[in-house]
Amino acid sequence: MCVQTVGLLSGAIERENISTISISLLREVTSIIHPPRALFVPFPMGFPLGAPNDPGLQHQVIRAGLALLERTDVPVLETFGNSERNVA
Amino acid sequence: MATYDDLVFTHRLFMKGYPFSRYALDPVPCTPLGKPLHEARVAIVTSAGVHLPEQENFDHSIKGGDTSFREIPNTVETQTLCESHRSPGFDHTGIQTDRNLAFPLDRFRELEAEGVIGELNDRHFSFMGSIVMPRKLIDETSVQVAKMLREDGVDVAFLTPA
Repeated sequence: MCVQTVGLLSGAIERENISTISISLLREVTSIIHPPRALFVPFPMGFPLGAPNDPGLQHQVIRAGLALLERTDVPVLETFGNSERNVA
Repeated sequence: MATYDDLVFTHRLFMKGYPFSRYALDPVPCTPLGKPLHEARVAIVTSAGVHLPEQENFDHSIKGGDTSFREIPNTVETQTLCESHRSPGFDHTGIQTDRNLAFPLDRFRELEAEGVIGELNDRHFSFMGSIVMPRKLIDETSVQVAKMLREDGVDVAFLTPA
């Protein structure tokens, strides 16, 4: 239910004129809730940024998420490892 | 990769029967980032159930889920955060080993130092995502947090589940 909670939070925050990016661990849930910009990551539940003590992988996930900020064709649901473009 | 098929049997049955569509965002809100990311103020919002040691644990006894939130100061030493998420539906050992796995404050500090983002907000927010009856979350606590972020001048919120 963490994934639904993140989606609902993103809706409330985006409605306050703040851009949001949501990490998703369950595509089935995110594809129904429709947060504005979500990055589905192919990791187990409990491992949203990939692996503990792996700053390199964690940065890859974050940067792939931040790259979605350019998108206004909401709802956006991209998959990590497919089409991410790093920022900066 | 996590799919419904990766969940334990009872959770899989629950998720397949849960009325997610009842809570779908409609219309989907869209706020374009109105400035370069390297000038933007960023906050982290998580549903991983982390909090300061001196803050109350999330309440596991509330039937529909604890919709409260904890404010996490930006100055916190990330690894000192506690995690009191009630869900047996995920492996907690990763987050317990490295809080950045779900609350990546140290990673965002590095992005701030590199100039990728403008600055971090003075506070971040944490919920416990095991909320099966989210009406109070939708009507009250998510709105409270959103308004606080707005008052702080936050431009970007990065949201993570557990």
